[in-house]
Amino acid sequence: MDILVCIKRVPDISGQITLDASGRDIDHGALGHTISAHEECAVELAVQLAGATDGEVTILTLGTDDAVEQLRASLAVGADDAVLIETEDPGAYGPEDIAFAIAEAVRTRANDSRSCDLVLVGNDAADTGDFQVGVRLAYELDRPVLTGITLLRLAEEAAEVDAASEGGPTSVEAYGIGPAGTEVFRLPLPAVVAVQEGGVEPRYPSIPGRMKAKKAPLDEVDAPEPVHGNPRNALELPPEQSSTVTVLGEGPEAAGALVDVLDELGVLR
Amino acid sequence: MTLVFVEIEGPDAPSGSGGVQLTSAEAVTFARTNTAILDGGSAADSSPLEVAVIGALTDEARDRLAHLGVDRIHHIDSPDVHAYSAAAWAQALVDVAPTHGTVMASGTPRGMELMAHVAARLGARMAANVVAVDEDGFLRQVLGGAAFERLKLTGALQVLTVAGHACDPEDTAPTEPEILTHSPEASADDLRTRVVRTEVEEADDTSGLTQAKVVVGAGRGVGSADGFAEVLELADHLGGALGVSRVVTSLGWRPHAEQVGQTGSRISPDVYIACGISGAIQHWAGVQGAKSIIAINTDEEATMVQRADYAIIGDLHEVVAAINEEITRRRR
Repeated sequence: MDILVCIKRVPDISGQITLDASGRDIDHGALGHTISAHEECAVELAVQLAGATDGEVTILTLGTDDAVEQLRASLAVGADDAVLIETEDPGAYGPEDIAFAIAEAVRTRANDSRSCDLVLVGNDAADTGDFQVGVRLAYELDRPVLTGITLLRLAEEAAEVDAASEGGPTSVEAYGIGPAGTEVFRLPLPAVVAVQEGGVEPRYPSIPGRMKAKKAPLDEVDAPEPVHGNPRNALELPPEQSSTVTVLGEGPEAAGALVDVLDELGVLR
Repeated sequence: MTLVFVEIEGPDAPSGSGGVQLTSAEAVTFARTNTAILDGGSAADSSPLEVAVIGALTDEARDRLAHLGVDRIHHIDSPDVHAYSAAAWAQALVDVAPTHGTVMASGTPRGMELMAHVAARLGARMAANVVAVDEDGFLRQVLGGAAFERLKLTGALQVLTVAGHACDPEDTAPTEPEILTHSPEASADDLRTRVVRTEVEEADDTSGLTQAKVVVGAGRGVGSADGFAEVLELADHLGGALGVSRVVTSLGWRPHAEQVGQTGSRISPDVYIACGISGAIQHWAGVQGAKSIIAINTDEEATMVQRADYAIIGDLHEVVAAINEEITRRRR
């Protein structure tokens, strides 16, 4: 099973953030960059599934040349090759534009006999949090789509059926957390899945993995021009709030004061 | 016109919000109080507020929707929508969606997924996790709640999800909602992504966490997988749920279903008691909806302490054990 995983270079935020001069983005100056936890899990799922089915994993991103850092990092944990859809201005792309650009890349590769059975994306990007690129991509490609999926595996029953078919598995079992428990889907391929953290533990890159990643093939293609554009007008930071914390005391002696507070807040049953 | 997708609580949910999920009640209130803008500006203020319910519509839910000021309920129910399939449910919503105005839901996993499908099917633009709206457009959470994006959507119809706790549900003079029933037949393609079975295990249940009035949070400060006895006892005393930070699930101390934060559940309890949690932005994203926050931490400078309403500085095991003792003593 051949799998394409879409990732996104995002700022690694742990402390204070500031805005850049345009007011449309945060100041990336001092920040490191990473991919989201959802996408790390998507890469891991892809490497496991492809490994079990003799398939290949391709990592794809839309971004500037800087995003090669994130592509190489994903190659180092077991992916086979990578695609950079290059643009100087990723901020000009709205969710529809990104979905279209990825779909174009998927179609171009398919015409080149490199079709993929599954496209994985993170459930939502850590920075823009649009919650829609995966679904829009599926509609562009006319494929079924699931979101919020934590685990993908080959169903035994499906494997028997698939053994008779020549081209590998024709479906996968997908697991996601629903309001009443774990929801299980039988997803026909080809498909798109938006992966959520929680089902697999991303592996760390090995030394041979890093060596291999340096030499792994990396395709660079030009991004199509954005048509819809990014609807963002400006970014705002929440107002700086001075702390209004009431320290009730230190150590176990303060327990009584805290139980008084719980009583006042009406949660002491 | 504005159409709100409303989620109904399952039979096991705490009956606190009367059959309508709290976040859905918030979304309905958000729609009702911003009708003029969401309808596209030109519509009269008296434009009807419509909601869609898929599956069973209980009397309890109908009554709650009346008190939330809903004018019309689209009750969508048929064998094809009994099991959840985002594509089939989204098409059912598209079938009753307005041509102008807004289709919206609360920012739950279901709400996000369905609105993305609706937007794709209708060729509409979508904004996720909106917290406010005015004539200039929307304000929505980005960067896991660390920043807000101001944006304007173009098109006659727009799709959005409302961030949890962007507003409080607000009762109004009860309406007599008109109920329109629909029995959609889904296409074979739309049924490909249907839930084939649901596995109910306690470890996977996040509803207790997202609906809880009290959540006791536990972070790295707990120290090990065996260190949760005191915090679990405190949660039990208060009839609350345990929520944990990402490091706790990454270390395998507790199941992922208990994780609170940007990549876990977003909670909105009356009281959140954060024990041994430093308060990284990613965790804050999940707990900022709490009405009151109490922090127990050895580090007075920790972000969670600084942002809390009340704090105790000290070792969480000692402090929480003392709190448990005090609660037990007062109950005697």
